[in-house]
Amino acid sequence: MPTDLHTPPRLAERTRTSRPGPSRRRRGRRLPNPLSALVLVLFLVFFVLPVLWLLLAATKTDDQLVHGNPLSFGSWGALGDNWTALISFGDNAIFAWLGNSALYSFVALAITLCVAIPAGYALAMTEFRGRRTLLVATLVVMLMPNATLVVPLFLEVNAVHLIGSMWSIILPYSFYPFGVYLTYIYFSTALPRDLIDAAKLDGCTQFGVFRRIALPLATPVVALVGFFSFVANWTNYFLPYVLLPESDQFPVQVGLGTLLNAVPQFNPTVGTAAVQRPELALATLLAITPVLVVFLFSQRFLVTGMLAGATKE
Amino acid sequence: MSTAGAPARRRTFWPGRAGHLFVAAYVVLLIAFGVVPTVYAVYFAFTDAGDRFTGLSNFFDAASDFRYLSAIGHVALYLLFWLLSLVVFVVGLALLLHRLRSRTAGTALRFLYYIPGALAGAASVMVWLFMLDPSVSPVSFLLRAFGFDTFGQVVAPGNLPVLFTMIAFWTGAGGWIVVMYGALNNISPDLLEAARIDGAGAWQTARRIQIPLLRKWIVYMVILAFAGGTQLFVEPQLLSQASVGVAGRDYSLNQLSYDFAFQNNNVNTAAAISVELLVIGVVVAGIFVTRSGFFDAD
Repeated sequence: MPTDLHTPPRLAERTRTSRPGPSRRRRGRRLPNPLSALVLVLFLVFFVLPVLWLLLAATKTDDQLVHGNPLSFGSWGALGDNWTALISFGDNAIFAWLGNSALYSFVALAITLCVAIPAGYALAMTEFRGRRTLLVATLVVMLMPNATLVVPLFLEVNAVHLIGSMWSIILPYSFYPFGVYLTYIYFSTALPRDLIDAAKLDGCTQFGVFRRIALPLATPVVALVGFFSFVANWTNYFLPYVLLPESDQFPVQVGLGTLLNAVPQFNPTVGTAAVQRPELALATLLAITPVLVVFLFSQRFLVTGMLAGATKE
Repeated sequence: MSTAGAPARRRTFWPGRAGHLFVAAYVVLLIAFGVVPTVYAVYFAFTDAGDRFTGLSNFFDAASDFRYLSAIGHVALYLLFWLLSLVVFVVGLALLLHRLRSRTAGTALRFLYYIPGALAGAASVMVWLFMLDPSVSPVSFLLRAFGFDTFGQVVAPGNLPVLFTMIAFWTGAGGWIVVMYGALNNISPDLLEAARIDGAGAWQTARRIQIPLLRKWIVYMVILAFAGGTQLFVEPQLLSQASVGVAGRDYSLNQLSYDFAFQNNNVNTAAAISVELLVIGVVVAGIFVTRSGFFDAD
């Protein structure tokens, strides 16, 4: 679901100030009541158990998957076998898919940053005709689910004969209104007007202000836009599924669907190129690793704030 | 950029020149991948294969397809479960987390709840195919307790709205919990303290102070989740691959649109359904942006 990527992250960390005083902190106190602890733990199991299971499943044989304890570790040998079997599928197809995902996600990310940072800056800090219209259009498109435009995009890309080109994926990914909005909020709250006025008084032009003052201060918002854009691009399924005709162009998300089709337990008609379930689990793990790594590195800002922006205070 | 030291004469000749240049690339992308596909879809929706204007006939074609009403029903039912679970559990969990005395535990839990977000898209469906298959699931005892012995029984059509809700909640709820938690932190501690002194318990405080103050965030979440939910595609699509036809290829509206375009080679009817979904998206987003006061657009 793309919804979570729309949640505007908060730029300033403010959580600390509103915590209860130190006297109410920890110190071996029990939870408010056992029922709420139980609820929190049950949901913890709900959220974490499938991930844990997935990690372990990649280390098992299909037989262990069915008959063994679901939360037991298989063996390194089985993991190696699954790895060998997986990469032999479609002649290293998994690497091709991962490479495609990386290519699409990173090129789109680079374009997004080059496009969104100046645009967000201009919306926040300069005056021009059509500014308000552009801002409202950005908000509306940003709130629309990105799947809305997939079939229409197909029609458009088809009309200009770009079906099968990697740009048919990268360019739509690069259009990232949420990044523009984040940048807009960042500059309008974090960049003091006085600084700009002072620079202009000293003879700096609009471009000079952007290059010498805004850009050096933009690191946090570059990181934020980069994070959300990368995660959105990497996990997108519908657009590449519709726009890319050839398997060797698939990103890994769509590749997982191809693998799924070759698992006999899920598709009994499958022929010789069968994929075992632990191999599919391993492929899923590989597919999510980059996003998981990004998550781990962004852990602090993910859980401390992440509330935006939407309200300028 | 080096030519930027332009004389004042030119600036009056083209006011806002710098702003226009800064947004130029973005506007090109906005037009190419926001406006043009929209116009294109509308054009296709009102014409036929021979580019003749056909009025609403594509929309009637879509609506009279035997799969159309059931697809709407499926999506509506899914939305009902999805939005209800989101509101009840996300708000509930955020409130519980906010009451936790231990900061470490609170931070860790929020992060762990958020982790499945990394599996958004196809990966989450893969994981849940396993979770829902009694032969390999770690919770097969639960599935059996509900009377499901085979994967086919679990993914019976009647269960799908609940299953899609579980998948969507699993990947999406963590992010919203973090957002709600942040919003709860923005409520002045003095207010909560005052309520406590007046004798309000946890439940009273939540009901009379915290939830009313969270209202706009809840509305924001519901709006986005509603718009996103109408677009249901990847879950039913992959499930239909994996379930040997138990779950159809035409479960949701987006699937139906996809099927019209690529199975029936009928892009005009496909475009008609896309336009309907587009209208929902634009209207919902537009109303929210202009009416909610949520985005201070200036």
